[in-house]
Amino acid sequence: MSPPKPEAGLLRIAGLDAYYGRAQVLFSIDLSLGAGEVLALVGRNGAGKSTLLKAVMGLVRTEARKLVFDGTDIARRPTHAIARLGLGYVPEDRRIFTNLTVEENLVAGTRAGPGGQEDWTPERIFALFPNLADMRSRSASQMSGGEQQMLAVARTLMGNPTALLLDEPSEGLAPVIVDAMAEALNELRRQGLSIVLSEQNLRFAGLICDRAAVLATGAITYDGPLAMLADDPALLEARLGL
Amino acid sequence: MEPSFFVVQTLNGLASASALFIAACGLTIIFGVTRIVNFAHGSFYMLGAYFAVLLADRLLGIHYGPLMFWVAVLLAALGAGVLGAVMELTLLRRIYKAPELFQLLATFGVVLIVQDAVVWLFGPQDLLGPRAPGLTGAVDILGHRFPVYELMLVFAGPVVLAAIWLLFNRTRFGILVRAATHDREMLAALGVNQAVLFTAAVFLGCALAGLAGALEIARKPATPHMDVNIIAEAFVVTVIGGMGSVPGAFLAAVLIGVLQAFGILVFPKITLVLVFLVMAVVLVVRPWGLLGRPEPQLRGEPAMMLPLAPWSRTASLWALAGVAALVAFPLIADAFALKLVIEVMVFALFAMSLNLLLGLGGVISFGHAAWFGLGAYGAALAVRHLGAPMELALLLAPLTAGAVAALAGAFIVRLSGVYLAMLTLAVAQVVYAVAFQWVEVTGGDNGLIGIWPSDWASGRLAYYYLTLMLAGAGIALLIRVSFSPFGYALRAARDSALRAETVGINVRRQRWAAFTLAGAAAGLAGGLYVFSKGNIDPGALAIPTSVDALAMALLGGVQTITGPILGAAALHLMKDFVMPLTDYWRVLLGLVIIGFVLVFPGGVVGTLRGLAARRGGEASR
Repeated sequence: MSPPKPEAGLLRIAGLDAYYGRAQVLFSIDLSLGAGEVLALVGRNGAGKSTLLKAVMGLVRTEARKLVFDGTDIARRPTHAIARLGLGYVPEDRRIFTNLTVEENLVAGTRAGPGGQEDWTPERIFALFPNLADMRSRSASQMSGGEQQMLAVARTLMGNPTALLLDEPSEGLAPVIVDAMAEALNELRRQGLSIVLSEQNLRFAGLICDRAAVLATGAITYDGPLAMLADDPALLEARLGL
Repeated sequence: MEPSFFVVQTLNGLASASALFIAACGLTIIFGVTRIVNFAHGSFYMLGAYFAVLLADRLLGIHYGPLMFWVAVLLAALGAGVLGAVMELTLLRRIYKAPELFQLLATFGVVLIVQDAVVWLFGPQDLLGPRAPGLTGAVDILGHRFPVYELMLVFAGPVVLAAIWLLFNRTRFGILVRAATHDREMLAALGVNQAVLFTAAVFLGCALAGLAGALEIARKPATPHMDVNIIAEAFVVTVIGGMGSVPGAFLAAVLIGVLQAFGILVFPKITLVLVFLVMAVVLVVRPWGLLGRPEPQLRGEPAMMLPLAPWSRTASLWALAGVAALVAFPLIADAFALKLVIEVMVFALFAMSLNLLLGLGGVISFGHAAWFGLGAYGAALAVRHLGAPMELALLLAPLTAGAVAALAGAFIVRLSGVYLAMLTLAVAQVVYAVAFQWVEVTGGDNGLIGIWPSDWASGRLAYYYLTLMLAGAGIALLIRVSFSPFGYALRAARDSALRAETVGINVRRQRWAAFTLAGAAAGLAGGLYVFSKGNIDPGALAIPTSVDALAMALLGGVQTITGPILGAAALHLMKDFVMPLTDYWRVLLGLVIIGFVLVFPGGVVGTLRGLAARRGGEASR
């Protein structure tokens, strides 16, 4: 299956390589994300999902033929400038500022969006994640993993992004929290946010996304409907690789 | 002790604690955000004092009154802050990712430059500032007269603490700064421009240093030495409090201030020792200071060192040729050249001993002068007080230094990174303070003179060969050790302490052994040094000597075995030829150090390897 041509869309990636030191981890990635689209990035441990998201954010060394977000070339931009274009990033290990309170974490993420919009307020955040509301002034170090994950998403939302890169938000969470997270992400989708969801859990991804791209050992091996993968275990196995 | 005297003495202690806290909190803020230990912090303190003296003189001449005095103090603080921002923009910004050692050295380069700049701009004499209008009198406290200005200082510390607390907890800027101390990369991913944040933090820190200096002018004159005096104490305060913790710095300043106020009554001689002793004890009990947190693991690639090339036949041939050339050298050399080469050999051994820790062990020793000086003083004291002959004294030199290094090392190797470097510095300062203050035994500032070799070695030629033999043997031993199983274990522990532990290497014990050996070797160098000069003074133990050793190791390349020998030769010859030519050699040395750090931020070999890697990457495409 050949991936769609990355000519249109909010985020356009073509011929992207990424390196840790001298080791190459991503090989000639082509991928695009349309405005309002929600894409699952599927792959085994170590396939390069996190690296791809970091590469877009300028957090690893990359070389790309094309790396464009919202019409702006971001290949050589510093991370903070990429974020300011409206690209929100929620890292896999959450990276909450545990020396700050919940509310201070939100303040650290607060920023007007690329068009100057200030849609997200703490009140809206607490409507989306009700259990954060009760712990505004609690130290983030005293939160459970699920609460930290919600705070990580909330903190990024406070920057009023137009697209979200989410790195395994369901990892290590209790099932009931996973469902709450899926519900929150679907709400964000309805509000028009574009999302790339890196995920090992295909069931969870299926709750939110229609389209999936599969990464195996640093290369894209599938880009198409998520349902086709979910319904065909043999195809999934083949694309995921060893 | 009368209760009223107790109260007054406590107030005295709190007044100096305030001054110390204001000076130190900027250091801790800068470290918290940028992870750079700003050695030049004392320089901004000094600049603040000089600016304040000049501004206060001007402004009080226009209109005499408290307002003008305080305007002068604030402007001086702002001036220091602006210069700090300039340092951040031109220097620090380029070395955030460099190894800690390079950061320390680069900011020490700034210290050297500012020292000369201050003398050049304001003259070498002390500048007496005006007294603070409206605060010149004294009040009666329980029957004792207490200066109003001191009383004001007692409150100034808590006021600054409260202001910083509000800034950090009630403003977005403060919250971002605190977030940056935790995870800079994540903050960037949230769209925060770290560059601006860092510049602002350095501005704030240096302005606070300048404020502390400016507040001092009503109590004591501005002098060209106030930078080094304050920096050692500011280090102690930040380390005791926990680097990056402002409340910790306050606590530590109060502890040190009060301790000094009473210590000076009981043991007037050992106040300096006391301060560093407290720091050493705190670090041993709480390795991250009173309110500090363990250093967060910095994300990014670890600074790996190149594997050493095995000792080859060619290397042996080069070594033989070098020794042969040194043996033959007296045939063509005059007395001056012999003296110079004796010193180069001594410093080569000194630099090599440091490199055992630095290059092989990855242990940043910032107080290596201690072992050099202990060797020198050990030998000199044996001659002076025991009547020992040179031969015995030269044996005692490495033994003394090695024994003390073994003792101190047992505590030092429990730490790592910046804290370890600071503890080595503290140990060196304790040794320095003992040599400086224990006048009856060490001769204090004057040192010990008339320490000459035995008759047979008293000729310059004989001493040349003695030095060649002993320093050569020391260097050969250090090289041999580098390629022994012990050396491999050290290198393994340097590259990954955790992995080394899992294969059964006792990292602490290996580092401790290296520390002891390095101390003994440096002690031998010190012993050879004292007999070549005939005298020794506390300067041999001071911070600049430690920095010399670091600069030598660095110039030659810490990632090579023999580099420090070349570095020692280069630096020593440069100092010997350039120093007599100009009064401003410090500027030159500072610029050389900074230039070196900027050009080779990953070390010479690291930079070359980076180039090689890039070429390799292109070749593979």
